[in-house]
Amino acid sequence: MPFAAWSALLAALTLLVMIALRPAPLPEDLFDQLTGDRSRGRLVFAASGCSSCHSAPEAKPGSAPVLSGGRGFKSPFGTFYAPNVSPGPSGLGFWTDVEIADAILNGVGRGSTHLYPAFPYTAYTHMSQQDAVDLIAYLRTLPPSPAANKSHDIGFPFNIRLGVGAWKLLYLREGWVLDNATSPELERGRYLVEALGHCGECHTPRNFLGALDTSRWLGGAPNPAGEGTIPNITSGGLAWSEDEITTFLKTGFTPTFDSAGGEMVKVIAGLSQLPQSDLEAIAAYLKAVPPID
Amino acid sequence: MTPMTKMPLISAVLGMVATVAVGANHVDPAVTAAIKSRQSHMQLFAFNLGTLGGMAQGKTEYDAEKAQVAASNLAALSSVDFSPYFVVGSSNADVSETRALPAIWEDPEGVLAALAQLQGATAEMADSAGGGLEGLQAAMSALGGACGACHQAYRAPYN
Repeated sequence: MPFAAWSALLAALTLLVMIALRPAPLPEDLFDQLTGDRSRGRLVFAASGCSSCHSAPEAKPGSAPVLSGGRGFKSPFGTFYAPNVSPGPSGLGFWTDVEIADAILNGVGRGSTHLYPAFPYTAYTHMSQQDAVDLIAYLRTLPPSPAANKSHDIGFPFNIRLGVGAWKLLYLREGWVLDNATSPELERGRYLVEALGHCGECHTPRNFLGALDTSRWLGGAPNPAGEGTIPNITSGGLAWSEDEITTFLKTGFTPTFDSAGGEMVKVIAGLSQLPQSDLEAIAAYLKAVPPID
Repeated sequence: MTPMTKMPLISAVLGMVATVAVGANHVDPAVTAAIKSRQSHMQLFAFNLGTLGGMAQGKTEYDAEKAQVAASNLAALSSVDFSPYFVVGSSNADVSETRALPAIWEDPEGVLAALAQLQGATAEMADSAGGGLEGLQAAMSALGGACGACHQAYRAPYN
């Protein structure tokens, strides 16, 4: 084949790959039949731990969260900075509900760009559409922040966002990790742990591409925020009863009256707002996942 | 170099090797003592919290007198001057026996604010624990918040 033909073939293949990896936006009328409920959205927000990453680093606990972003997350690929997701013009003020949902559910940003999976959309992709519109309705009630977004500090080749499209083909999945949730309580627990709570992001180890190793689901992992280990919370590593787990998620106290520490403090600040039945469902789910030694 | 002039050099090298070898395993006994003491102090908190927490969670029956003693103990424990426990060189960057983060020494104002929060929460508990279960339960939440606030910023996870 002459050189020109090779070049044409290569160009065509590149184009095909680029089309395949291009983000596919959600339909604009997706939420036409749904109405967001702000007070339900507050609970979705608490369960999803949004403020753990997006609140200003110096945020005061107790006051309405200001989601100014700016917090840095170190990773083997570079440092990611949480963006401003407050409702002001520097945040999500100009985004439509469907655009915000596209980011949360599919990791697609405004202007059809792939977002990096430091944002746990591989978990949020399982969020129900109703929870998403409720959450967005709540987000729009929060105080705006003028903070400017910080660019991620990512080296080549991870700074090529089309590569995230390939990563998504491999790791953005529809199915659940625990595929046999045999009761409504286990289904609820699975939804809270695998979708909203994104517990696996810290409690499950990652492979060399930064994707969660679901064969060791919730089996403990190196602390992504620094030193030490995030504990194994399957029954292979955590000997607490369901009642003790529920109490910990509500109060932050362990059965021996040590307290939660590190990132888990913010997680509990959110989870403790949920109804008791939700915390019991999380405990039941943790007892149902395969024990990891 | 004659054999005689070599001797001091060899001694010096051996001395350096020995120092390095000891340095790897040896922890200053004063540091170990400080770490053990602060961990024991935390254990005293946990013991008294257990009395109140058991009642708050309905696992033991509410007893005004026992609740008051435990709450007064917590207030006394949080009024102690912690500074001698946290000697320089006793963070988890220095020794492996502790989860105390260097942030404790880098951010004394933050530590004092967290301590003030603990003192406020234990004072509130001491005021309310003897007056009924509902007051105890309400004070427990603030106390948990105070424990967590300090452990969030200043304690590393287990290895």
